[in-house]
Amino acid sequence: MSKKQDKNNTGCNGVSAAKRRTLKALGAGLAAASSPLWFPRAYAASEPIKIGAQLHRTGIGASYGRWYERTAAAAVKLINEQGGINGRPVELIVEDDGTDPKRGTEVLEKFATQHKVDVAYGTLFSHVVIGSSPRAGELKLPYVVCSEGHHVASGQLNRYVFQPGITDVRSQVISMAPWISSNLGKKVTMIFPDFAFGHDHRDYFSQAIADQGGEVLELIAVPPTETSFTRYFPRIPRDTEVLYHVMVGPGVLTFVKEMGQHFGKKRPEIFGFIDSLEAVDLATPQLEFLEGTYFWEGSPRYAQSNQTEFDKQYRAAVGVDDSGASIADPKDISTYSHMFSCWESLFIIKEAMELAGYRSAADKTAFIEAMESLQKFDQGLAHPQGNKIFNPKLHQSFGHQHISKVGSGGVLEVVHKTSIEDGIYDSDVDYTKMAL
Amino acid sequence: MDFGPFLFLATLEGLVQAAVLCLTALGLSLVFGVMRVVNVAHGEFYMLGAVLAYWVTSWLAGSPAIGFALALLIAPLLVGVIAYLSEKLVLRRLGYDPEATIVATIGILYILQQSALLTFGPDARPVEPPFYFRVEFPWFGYSGYKLIVVAAAAVLLALAWFVITRTRLGLIMRATQFDRQTAQNYGIDVNRVYALVFAAGAAFAAIAAVLIVPIQQAHYLMGGDPLLLAFIVVIIGGLGSVRGTLLAALLIGLSDGILSVFFSPTLAKMVSTTLVALVLVFKPEGLFGHRSRL
Repeated sequence: MSKKQDKNNTGCNGVSAAKRRTLKALGAGLAAASSPLWFPRAYAASEPIKIGAQLHRTGIGASYGRWYERTAAAAVKLINEQGGINGRPVELIVEDDGTDPKRGTEVLEKFATQHKVDVAYGTLFSHVVIGSSPRAGELKLPYVVCSEGHHVASGQLNRYVFQPGITDVRSQVISMAPWISSNLGKKVTMIFPDFAFGHDHRDYFSQAIADQGGEVLELIAVPPTETSFTRYFPRIPRDTEVLYHVMVGPGVLTFVKEMGQHFGKKRPEIFGFIDSLEAVDLATPQLEFLEGTYFWEGSPRYAQSNQTEFDKQYRAAVGVDDSGASIADPKDISTYSHMFSCWESLFIIKEAMELAGYRSAADKTAFIEAMESLQKFDQGLAHPQGNKIFNPKLHQSFGHQHISKVGSGGVLEVVHKTSIEDGIYDSDVDYTKMAL
Repeated sequence: MDFGPFLFLATLEGLVQAAVLCLTALGLSLVFGVMRVVNVAHGEFYMLGAVLAYWVTSWLAGSPAIGFALALLIAPLLVGVIAYLSEKLVLRRLGYDPEATIVATIGILYILQQSALLTFGPDARPVEPPFYFRVEFPWFGYSGYKLIVVAAAAVLLALAWFVITRTRLGLIMRATQFDRQTAQNYGIDVNRVYALVFAAGAAFAAIAAVLIVPIQQAHYLMGGDPLLLAFIVVIIGGLGSVRGTLLAALLIGLSDGILSVFFSPTLAKMVSTTLVALVLVFKPEGLFGHRSRL
């Protein structure tokens, strides 16, 4: 008899009624606890606009992913405080792509079919963007990337992919080549990662330095998963005047340390992309040799003497101090040079959605067309890195670049800032002619 | 760079590679030789060694040398304990069945890797070398610590060699490897030998990792490359042959170092894997292995 009663009290999945009640209560509590309390009341009831953030939480791009997520979360918080988009709150849904193109594609599928996001956004590493983009096109899912490579502007992707938040590598290197050739030297050896992003550096910097009357003596390609670099340095020709380095992946600190061991004090001029030391403290032992060398920076890691009010507010919102480290943990160095693109891209999505009067996924076409109607972005809290112009045919923004010199203790000081015109190139790519 | 110094640098790099490879592959070879278990999780024990070394050195704020010395003791010990437990809890229950243990060690690989990701995080973290000096050759500079790694590995290998060939413990291990049942008849606790050998194999990988981590940084995905190279070495040297493993590690380490300096690291990997294919086709017992007594 008692057994029978028990059975009656038990649901088909074997959970007793009492247990179910407890679970329900717990669930309700959990839902309440996780609801975004900071939404202003006026639109608390309206459906949120969902932005799917495809980020490198794990894999070789994880340090970027961590900071991209923080930056995106801070931007969404500010957008919601300002009233959201078209009066609706913004919800950020983060999925990890593992810095892997295959998983990147799966993430986009998940965004489209499971989360039903309005826009996909985020990721950095060029192979993930290039791998994911065709699927974004097939799913007709707007995909706003914060990558940096030339792949969007090159025309190899599709109409759904935009890169409005950061200048592409081709433009970056064209704008800086004149300064490098007139201040550091004309005979250059390049060390770069052996995949799409590095190949952009190889192709466009070689051409840009040749246009300045210089030449590239040697091209040294290194796999991005490499852990030991000493073996590559003997290939640097002795008459190299400028060593140009750009490296990514978990081995970057080892790369720069081994470069110091190889050269000691007898080094050529060194110009690097800060990618080689992004998320790494420049005051790390064995990096002293970098003093007097130069780095490209998108957004200067150290607050400069002429820091704008916007940079100050942006730093505070993301939680970064004046030396580019996390306010909560000074050992946690940000990817400050790149992550502004996450912040700025979200404000650009907001601008385009408001322009298109975006209400639901049915307005996707209007959103794409609104993105393609944008021309420029003024410097401000939405664009703390500086003003930019946007080329709708290329789906690509063009902004200012910084060249910084390493001082004592690894402090970076900006010595040159390029103009937007320095980085403009001719192109006959036109995404706006592609069918939607 | 001229040919002479170029070759010199290539040899130095090859020696460092060979030294670490000797230690890693020795662990893998011991486990296979004695237990007939193909340990796919070996690379993760290596990774754990590096991660634990990071933890030990970051807890101790004092001199990096003391932290490093402690790491060299604690990391292999802890990794050994983890390996001992996984042997007791998993491999023993499968009766050391060759196919089942391969699948089981793949499982252990993922458990260890993901646990490291969850606790240690996805970032690469540097460990300070116990001392740092730069050796200035006329043509290039070189990390003094790397030379110390070669010396330390040589000492450790000599020690391992002594234990295996000259002590009672080594004798018991070799007896178990030669014939499990006869060893058992002579009163050897074979299960205990297996557990200890599995722990010791993992500890060797951990020692190699502690030595290399000041050069490379600890990262949760760092176990892949050493696993591949260790397998290459063990297959070429002859599965279970300690002498073969050491010679093959020297051969592969040096050739990998030299080829990757002169040509490209990708070519070096291609050459090593081609060599494995050739050995498997023409001399499946390995260059120094014996045909199995079946």
